[in-house]
Amino acid sequence: MEHKKYVIRQISVFSENKPGRLAAIAKALQEEGINILAFSIAEADGFGVVRALVDKPQKAYEKLSGIGFNVAFTDVIAVQMKDVPGGLYEIARILGEGKINIEYSYAYSGKDAAVLILRVDNVDAAISAIRNGGGTLLESSLFQ
Amino acid sequence: MVMFWDEKIETLKGKDLEQLQLKRLKWTLSQVRNVGFYQQKLKEAGIRTADILKLDDIRKLPFTRKQDLRDGYPFGFFAVPLSQVVRIHTTSGTTGKPTVVGYTRRDLESWAELIARNLTMVGLKEGDIFQNMVNYGMFTGGLGFHYGAEKIGLTVIPSATGNTRRQIEMIQDFGVTAIHCTPSYAMHLAEVAEEMQAELSTLRTGLFGAEPWSDAMREELEHRLGVTAFDSYGLSELFGPGVAFECPERDGLHIWHDSYLVEIIDPASGEVLGPGERGELVVTPLVKEAMPLLRYRTGDITMLLPDGCPCGRARKIARITGRSDDMLVIRGINVFPSQIEHVLLRIPEVGNQFMVYVDRVNHLDEMTIEVEINRAHFSGELADLARIQKKVVRELRDTLELRTTVKLVEPGSLPRFEGKAKRVIDRREGV
Repeated sequence: MEHKKYVIRQISVFSENKPGRLAAIAKALQEEGINILAFSIAEADGFGVVRALVDKPQKAYEKLSGIGFNVAFTDVIAVQMKDVPGGLYEIARILGEGKINIEYSYAYSGKDAAVLILRVDNVDAAISAIRNGGGTLLESSLFQ
Repeated sequence: MVMFWDEKIETLKGKDLEQLQLKRLKWTLSQVRNVGFYQQKLKEAGIRTADILKLDDIRKLPFTRKQDLRDGYPFGFFAVPLSQVVRIHTTSGTTGKPTVVGYTRRDLESWAELIARNLTMVGLKEGDIFQNMVNYGMFTGGLGFHYGAEKIGLTVIPSATGNTRRQIEMIQDFGVTAIHCTPSYAMHLAEVAEEMQAELSTLRTGLFGAEPWSDAMREELEHRLGVTAFDSYGLSELFGPGVAFECPERDGLHIWHDSYLVEIIDPASGEVLGPGERGELVVTPLVKEAMPLLRYRTGDITMLLPDGCPCGRARKIARITGRSDDMLVIRGINVFPSQIEHVLLRIPEVGNQFMVYVDRVNHLDEMTIEVEINRAHFSGELADLARIQKKVVRELRDTLELRTTVKLVEPGSLPRFEGKAKRVIDRREGV
């Protein structure tokens, strides 16, 4: 299915909220020569999930699991945003009108444009809605 | 088929049993008169040996507490000259001075007999290969089981503790059929065996003791190690392990009636409780030569069970649910760590290891439980973790009737205990 090329594997790492855990993750990725393209930390009561888009997700998964981290893959999509006022609104409106719920999201501003990473409740429906609404999805091959 | 090591004594009943017990109680009373502490206590209480005419008269005798033994450090409770003491053990002095226990040659023989009965009772016999994975030093569990196991002709591997991978290799290479260790170490052993993808196909029997463990943990251990698990009870003041043991019915522990007189008391008032009432186990050993004791307060919480076990043996106590001194009182509610363990074992999303921290915040007790997320149940979503956390809080509340704070921690990050587990850290002041 052609939607598949837009589905990006994010690594999600369970981490206790204490000093040094992020450093341990980052160091492990560096040792394997894995580049982090985007990342965020979500925090709850005393623990959190470190989410990252990396260029070699399988290798990252194996390395982090190997040193004891609890790692899972999560499917996300990446949408190009215009780096101007209203850029986010455009994407959010499309998803809202398509009744797609955003579970979480993080963004980065690249050289050419800003990119919005989205975890949504229905990946397929979100991809359709964005494409029909005139948005630009980034293919996973650009990252991975 | 029911197997006995000493069928006559193990199934002794009625008058015959009472006569034997009374005779031995009187002997013990004469033996303690060699101990300064008891001379003093009996004098204060105005008790002469002639005052003990029936078994119930034991209630006239004074209690002995662990603190009394500590005060007698090192040899104050020996009733024989040191030259007749052929072995000394001491308990770990975690809460004060260590407690010293001594054994005459006959004591060691009596003790090995009791272990022989226990091992035979659970079906072990010549041809079984027995790995004894407990400390062989000052802890009584090592040598205690060792001599009893040799007595009945088991092939004994005195592997002691530590180096779990090596322990697993030996189980595999030697075809071990029976193991003895603490239940927490057994859990660790199961974890490591699973990591190594090691089959423990020869194992059939697991003897677990030295700390209280739940029925849920029994199921878990039986499932993961492929054993039938038996509860073992003892304490060094009463020789060591082997005081009471589960028979194949696994519905309570037979406490050897010819060697130990049992009472259950209210730990607060000292009042003797009836069958079915839960309280502190008080034991008067009947055959101890080097270190006889009167009404020793074990601090262990249990109750007497009705007679009539299908195996033919008598006098049973319930499995220990905790110690009168590890019972936590949180905002007026009694909590046993074994209850927490029981709850966690029911929740597949978290592991079995845990730590309990008790603090006082704004004059209120707060209990925090750290538990590991189960690797296989991590979805990658924060919301799912929050749901698991809430579930643990809810299940703990339902069982303990207490609100707790639950912290999810990373798999493998909590301490693993090879000896007695120390899972509770009470940080309240002035408790």
